Amino acid sequence: MNFLSIIPFLLAITLAPLLPGIINRTKALFAGRRGQPFLQTYFDLWKLLHKGAVYSHTTTWLFRAGPMLGLAAVLVAVALVPLGNFPALIAFPADFFLFACLLGLMRFFTVLAALDTGSSFEGMGASREVFFSALTEPALLVALATLARQAGNLSLSAIFSQVSGGHWLQAGPVMALVLIALMIVLLAENSRIPVDDPNTHLELTMIHEVMVLDHGGLDFAFILYGAALKLWALSALVVGMIVPDTGAVWLNLVLPVGGMFLVAVIVGVVESTMARLRLLIVPQLLVGAGALAAMAFLLGLNK
Amino acid sequence: MTLLLLALAALLFGATAMLFLSGSRRNFSWLAATFVSLAAISGCIPAIQVLAGGPALQLRHPWPVPFGEFFIQLDALSAWFMVPMLLLSALCAIYGVGYLRSQAKKCSPGPVWFFYCLLVLGMTLVLLARNAVLFLSAWELMAVASFFLVTFEHERESVRNAGWIYLVATHLGTGFLLAFFILMGRETGSMDFTVWAEKGIHTPELAGIFFLLAVVGFGTKAGFMPFHVWLPEAHPAAPSHVSALMSGAMIKLGIYGLMRALTFLGAPSIWWGWLLLCLGLASGVLGIVFALAQHDLKRLLAYSSVENIGLITAGLGLGLLGVSYHQPLISILGFGGALLHVLNHSIFKGLLFLAAGNVAHATGTRDTNRLGGLLKKMPWTGALFLIGSVAICGLPPLNGFVSELALAGASLTAITVNPADVAMAGLLALVCIGLIGGLAAVTFAKAFGTVFLGEPRQPVEAPHEAGMAMKIPMLILAAGCVAIAFGAVWLVDWIAPIAGQLSGLGPERVSAILQTPALVLTTVSICGLALVILFAAIALLRRALLAGRTVGAADTWSCGYARPSARIQYTASSFVQPVTTLFRWLLGSHRQLQRPEGFFPPKASLTTETPDLTHEELFRPGFLKINWGIAKLRWMQQGHVQLYVLYIAITLIVLLAWKFR
Repeated sequence: MNFLSIIPFLLAITLAPLLPGIINRTKALFAGRRGQPFLQTYFDLWKLLHKGAVYSHTTTWLFRAGPMLGLAAVLVAVALVPLGNFPALIAFPADFFLFACLLGLMRFFTVLAALDTGSSFEGMGASREVFFSALTEPALLVALATLARQAGNLSLSAIFSQVSGGHWLQAGPVMALVLIALMIVLLAENSRIPVDDPNTHLELTMIHEVMVLDHGGLDFAFILYGAALKLWALSALVVGMIVPDTGAVWLNLVLPVGGMFLVAVIVGVVESTMARLRLLIVPQLLVGAGALAAMAFLLGLNK
Repeated sequence: MTLLLLALAALLFGATAMLFLSGSRRNFSWLAATFVSLAAISGCIPAIQVLAGGPALQLRHPWPVPFGEFFIQLDALSAWFMVPMLLLSALCAIYGVGYLRSQAKKCSPGPVWFFYCLLVLGMTLVLLARNAVLFLSAWELMAVASFFLVTFEHERESVRNAGWIYLVATHLGTGFLLAFFILMGRETGSMDFTVWAEKGIHTPELAGIFFLLAVVGFGTKAGFMPFHVWLPEAHPAAPSHVSALMSGAMIKLGIYGLMRALTFLGAPSIWWGWLLLCLGLASGVLGIVFALAQHDLKRLLAYSSVENIGLITAGLGLGLLGVSYHQPLISILGFGGALLHVLNHSIFKGLLFLAAGNVAHATGTRDTNRLGGLLKKMPWTGALFLIGSVAICGLPPLNGFVSELALAGASLTAITVNPADVAMAGLLALVCIGLIGGLAAVTFAKAFGTVFLGEPRQPVEAPHEAGMAMKIPMLILAAGCVAIAFGAVWLVDWIAPIAGQLSGLGPERVSAILQTPALVLTTVSICGLALVILFAAIALLRRALLAGRTVGAADTWSCGYARPSARIQYTASSFVQPVTTLFRWLLGSHRQLQRPEGFFPPKASLTTETPDLTHEELFRPGFLKINWGIAKLRWMQQGHVQLYVLYIAITLIVLLAWKFR
């Protein structure tokens, strides 16, 4: 570990709230609107951090602890993710299993906090969230395991320093399949279209948004920031697959950050051009992502 | 050795004392708990010494039983299973003192304690026995004692039925073990385990048959699918401290037996590893799918034990594959992960069963669809159940994550190596571990969320928090979950020799291999610590920011509906409905739906029930056939004693004639 590996972590915690802004601007562009400022999430966070709180009579300490634990978990998860060729703050063999489990911990407590309100809507959202994520977790693990086999190494930082830009020439189909699987996981885990619609206004159809209906003020700020960090962390996995090692430190820094913004634009484009899938179809999409990743693994087996 | 014998004597003496005191009107539970605790302490000291690298202890004494010898030995493998087993026995006994207090008014708890001491004695002897006859006797003692504990509330028909299923299942398993031991004895000419381990079996076909016998025999006790049928029946029927002990310790002895049997059979064939891996992964996935469909809290926990046994078995399978394909890192990680998960599962499953016992004790029901909001009434039980849930889901930073990481590490290592078969085994294991983790989160979000959060769904007895005697053992178990999570790196030294023994590698080799995993464990502990520190920092920040601001209270948002009631909450069944729909081809749930009809429907109802698939489809039809066949022999049974004496006489004469022919 060298001191440069702190850079991806610092970039993540400062720039992550920019990603939702970029997605929203892209969507506005498609809809012919001017859209909110790029920095809107920062403004929202700032405003929320200055608010008091209102809690339901039904809730317990768990409702208050949920968002805090979720944020702590995703902060540690972000520290495990490299940015392009910059190694992560913490790297060790099989670190992506810890990464997946930390996201699982965040989700577990979000779900419990939702159930703590006793609301049927939040129960509904919680039920869908745990169901879908049970299907995305194998897909994420298999996708990363495929990359691990390609790289012959089990740590995310080592994987992305070996399997990036140049590797596409050797094993293009494998990389493409993994990329698609990771993209689906990214959309599903961050509650974006086609799995969930962050802009919907009907509680019955929401997944992630409905779980946090009763959170306000500081707690909601933690949730918003945590969601931005999670989006950053998963986008970093996609970016790591694409961005090549240029050899120059500053270029190795600028390219991945540009890549992150590009992923946000792509998410915005997907959201603007696609409709949301029916809830009954979503499991097929997620199992499909897992199947694509498994196929990539089989294709790359003779490595 | 003295301490070990003292432990056995304490258990035997405790059992005898309880037998004599059971007629008394007074409650002697504390005395039994004292004996079990004494036995636990005096048994754990030598076990820990052996684990820390001390020499194996052994004692031989003649025993006037054909082929029998009182030959006991404490080596690292036995010690590893013995420490959690004895500690859990003591903690459950202390819990039982509080748990049985209300029962004591109805009937004397003496018999419970008599069989409890015998069960612990049986389990200790199973771990120590090195003679096949002694082993089988101890195995039988354990089975019979636990049968009587399961049928403690025998006035309920469901309990009697559960006890019956358990008795039949466990004896069928023992039948396979009997065959295994007799054939082993014939092959090696001895009933001594040490002789078996030295000689080994050198014909692969014969070794394969022995392996299958051991898998079925020990797998029935451990609860591999499809031999698990007795688990979801027996665990809910038993008193909670007994279910905790059975699920936390007794079923692990099946795993112990299998590991011990592996040391007799020589070099494993490739298909052994595949068989155990597939059996384990199938048990894991099916176990957790059935767990999440259950409404009864203890039945849910019982199926979750099947899942965890599945993970342990998958670890054994990976370990064996590592041995067959000469991949030492995979074999050490597989066996090590399995061993660590044995320890972890005893701790958190014990904790969860005790907490479930508190819930049943306080509310009089275990139906998750009726409960809710208990965290407010039972803050300790709720918090402890939460710790157990996080641990059992394999979420960081608790101990369940550490052993799942070891298992995932074994499968990930397998993924990166050649030949491709190993990589495929790794992929299969990884997919299933991911799926099991996700579904375990669904199961325990449901279990904790619907029992402890929200509002009570139906009125139940006014719940109350459990007493000190019930809380303290649970606190110790929860502390164990945390301690192992952060101290796992120190356990590596204890696991290394056992994993080496199972994989046939020398100690230097093992410690060289284990350097990277130990480093990973340290890093993971640091990450866990970082998580805790970050959480504390965020909590402090929140506190500082909220100081002086208004913190109000209101009703939960229900779309503007002004009179929300507890009836509109999501129930346990509705929470898991998407998953049960996905797996409906497997679960075969019975649904009884009365649709609302007309403009003002007076009544509508939906009840679902998920019976066990193998029980309904495999064992029930099979046993009905057997029953039909046996009924044809009923003419032999006339109920006259003279006739039975005649049968005995005829049998003896036939045997004599056969002997002197």
